[in-house]
Amino acid sequence: MSLLLEPTPTMIKEEKLYREMGLTDEEFAMIEKILGRLPNYTETGIFSVMWSEHCSYKNSKPVLKKFPTEGKHVLQGPGEGAGIVDIGDGLAVAFKIESHNHPSAIEPYQGAATGVGGIIRDVFSMGARPIALLNSLRFGELTSPRVKYLFEHVVAGIAGYGNCVGIPTVGGEVQFDAAYEGNPLVNAMCVGIIRHEDIQRGIASGVGNTVMYVGAKTGRDGIHGATFASEELTEQSEAKRPAVQVGDPFMEKLLLEACLEVVKSDALVGIQDMGAAGLTSSSAEMASKGGFGIEMNLDLVPQREAGMTPYEMMLSESQERMLLVVKQGREQEIYELFAKYGLEAKAIGKVTDDKMLRLYFRGEVVAEIPVDALAKDAPVYHKPSKEPAYYREFQAMEPYVPAVSNYEETLLSLLAQPTIASKEWVYQQYDYMVRTNTVVAPGSDAAVLRIRGTNKALAMTTDCNSRYIYLDPETGGKIAVAEAARNIVCSGAKPLAITDCLNFGNPEKPEIFWQLEKAVDGMSEVCRVLGTPVISGNVSLYNETNGEAIYPTPVIGMVGLVEDIRHITTQAFQQAGDLIYVIGEAKQEFGGSELQKLLEGRIFGKAPEIDLATEAKRQQELLTAIQAGVVASAHDIAEGGFAVALAECVMSTNGLGAKVTVDGDITSQLFSETQSRFIVSVKKENQEKFEKLVEAKLIGEVTNDGTLLVERASGEVVIQLSVEQMRSVWKGAIPCLLKSKA
Amino acid sequence: MKFAVIVFPGSNCDVDMYHAIADELGEEVEYVWHDAENLDRFDAILLPGGFSYGDYLRSGAIARFSNVMKAVKKAADEGKPVLGVCNGFQILLEAGLLPGAMRRNNSLKFICRPVSLRVENNETMFTSAYKQGEVITIPIAHGEGNYYCDEQTLKRLIENRQIVFRYHGENPNGSLDDIAGIVNEKGNVLGMMPHPERAVDSLLGSADGLKLFQSIVKYWRETHVVTA
Repeated sequence: MSLLLEPTPTMIKEEKLYREMGLTDEEFAMIEKILGRLPNYTETGIFSVMWSEHCSYKNSKPVLKKFPTEGKHVLQGPGEGAGIVDIGDGLAVAFKIESHNHPSAIEPYQGAATGVGGIIRDVFSMGARPIALLNSLRFGELTSPRVKYLFEHVVAGIAGYGNCVGIPTVGGEVQFDAAYEGNPLVNAMCVGIIRHEDIQRGIASGVGNTVMYVGAKTGRDGIHGATFASEELTEQSEAKRPAVQVGDPFMEKLLLEACLEVVKSDALVGIQDMGAAGLTSSSAEMASKGGFGIEMNLDLVPQREAGMTPYEMMLSESQERMLLVVKQGREQEIYELFAKYGLEAKAIGKVTDDKMLRLYFRGEVVAEIPVDALAKDAPVYHKPSKEPAYYREFQAMEPYVPAVSNYEETLLSLLAQPTIASKEWVYQQYDYMVRTNTVVAPGSDAAVLRIRGTNKALAMTTDCNSRYIYLDPETGGKIAVAEAARNIVCSGAKPLAITDCLNFGNPEKPEIFWQLEKAVDGMSEVCRVLGTPVISGNVSLYNETNGEAIYPTPVIGMVGLVEDIRHITTQAFQQAGDLIYVIGEAKQEFGGSELQKLLEGRIFGKAPEIDLATEAKRQQELLTAIQAGVVASAHDIAEGGFAVALAECVMSTNGLGAKVTVDGDITSQLFSETQSRFIVSVKKENQEKFEKLVEAKLIGEVTNDGTLLVERASGEVVIQLSVEQMRSVWKGAIPCLLKSKA
Repeated sequence: MKFAVIVFPGSNCDVDMYHAIADELGEEVEYVWHDAENLDRFDAILLPGGFSYGDYLRSGAIARFSNVMKAVKKAADEGKPVLGVCNGFQILLEAGLLPGAMRRNNSLKFICRPVSLRVENNETMFTSAYKQGEVITIPIAHGEGNYYCDEQTLKRLIENRQIVFRYHGENPNGSLDDIAGIVNEKGNVLGMMPHPERAVDSLLGSADGLKLFQSIVKYWRETHVVTA
């Protein structure tokens, strides 16, 4: 569309064209008041993306304020590209998680790939060297051709991007449930390492300093991506395919290396990724944070296509672009630095003192907007909240008692559930070793990477059991954070902080907003108890298809510090003769469990209870024992309960087995999902020391016969399965589902 | 002994190669940017894995035209050890320093996992520290590792004992005759898909790759009498 064909300000108002861009009548009136005139087409577009939920958090801000975000080790909290925490030795770890749900629903390969690209840029824009990627994925049941297509192409997209850039994809999770049928979730997390003195921020300052554009040229892809991300998916969403960007991981690699070099230069004032809302958000946010203004000449913006309008350039979400503010007079150094990587840095504007975003095009001013109105002063809404009827019903239900007659068959069926089954098919497509720091590869509770030049390591995980959160958002929110911490502790690390990706339905529905509020309440409480503040995150609302919301899914990304690489522990049993302990007692808790889903085909009732004092005590005791060197393996009991966890401990070994004794209500002992529990193995010579440090129950021994044997105290056999058989079911489930014709 | 690690803009295993030499082998090593024209001061050349110039075309198809490849060819002609791993192997094939070509894995998917390799020829400058027939564990990480060549070439490779490593047990990518790594006729240019530089520290799962680098050093020491 050429400039001449764009609607006039009057047309935009009278024909309410702003509504198509996602602005409400009230918001348009606010814009008119802020400007003291009617906005033109470009300005309307700029406001609409900056005031979208995706960029402004206008619906979630009041809720996000509840998160604890501070701690003495926090060097950078929410609000920048990524949060940063201190890990000693002058080093810090930067990390963030972000969603790319809607693009992935429409174009799974590029949607997932560019999600990875975006989060990498968020981390290196802080000056941190990205060292690891994780992904949290949700799909519908793995039976329909559409879901299989989405799953295969999302995984390929993540692999295609991360493998090429050369950042190992070391962990994550994949779950399948009908609630995600039309609206898959693709959340990508990136972890980076940085020296304290290299920390950068996305700030524009210093009147007359130069605004520079680097990276890929601007094209017409991704226009209005942020707006698209802030509305429900419908039958018509296919038509939004042009709003999905296309990734170029090679360009990202060049940009990454060049930017990590430029952050060492004192010529750099500020740097930010052109992420959602591209040139608009990066310039407005940098100026607003610094208390300055920015003016840019759009004729100078590198363009991929001829005849682009200011509207298109400002709203494009072309990938692999960064905006820099550079000290006046030092531009040449920056040009040369980027030229080494075959990249062109281009001066396109300068910092001003009038706090305005001013855009020139063909010699005329085409937009003039106060930067604060676009960034920190964007509207905030306090949405009504209402307890949903389903929640009251679930709470009033009698506890669900599953009827299990054959424990062996039940265990094998659980191991074949796609959510529990081995994800080897997924992670073998990811280069999880490049840069040779991966000590614990995908498949254990958390991934662990050593930090070269130190004796330390980082443990990282993503977690969220959304079934619990659907049943009871507050309890489920607590469990999500607690379980992430359990994974970290089992690896031998102390949890440091979290990043979160709040995937919810349409917040304009009071029941959805209630889910959001309650989940955040629960998460916040655990973060306080465990001392793991929220240092970054992302909100993805409007995850609905034709009016049906996903399960509320606040994905937790957690990073922990291993003080000494000798503390690194995995879930795999180590040698025959080691003693097997269980920490925590099973109760009859099956609401939202894998067993309930397996037997009933749906979930209902109450989520498992969680007592935070008990949780914290057990985690602390286990970590102390690991650090004391008396734990051979550790694994948390999660989906599928004790039996599944025990099977995982033996399936990850080479030929070992286990013999354990259970008693009481066997179904609960084996399959209940009671929280705050662990399976630990200990060398016999450490028995006394371990029992002094940890309150745990001795239940059996690691064997070398490749068999999982569970007996009652009476000697009656409950389960006797060969590990090989379990492994073949567990590893074969996902490839088998993908091959079968639905 | 001085190693060069060639860095193309999209190389991403350069750091791993560097650390394997510097930290585990304890030899001198330098990164060399892809526009370098002279490698005379180096005793061995390492072409690391990655995506040289993005590899949106065939892997390594553009890298063969880079400045540094002329110098790599010269080093190879002079008989210096030249090792190409993964993308490095693909580049050596494209550059004609090794025979054959690479196709996509038969699964059409990228595969990353440790694999078992059999040392088929321990009488090369890259493998003398291994036992003949030794089975070692080295990780692979590639999308295009399905080696192919015509019948005559294969016959030659076998006759001249140029097949240095074969996959042992399952062949992960469908390569012809289970080929994982080959040398040129002179025996000083080795291309292999598995990553020995990822297997130099048992903390990360395997140190079986270390002997490959030790072999290179041993060869160099034997052929360069130190006259200090």
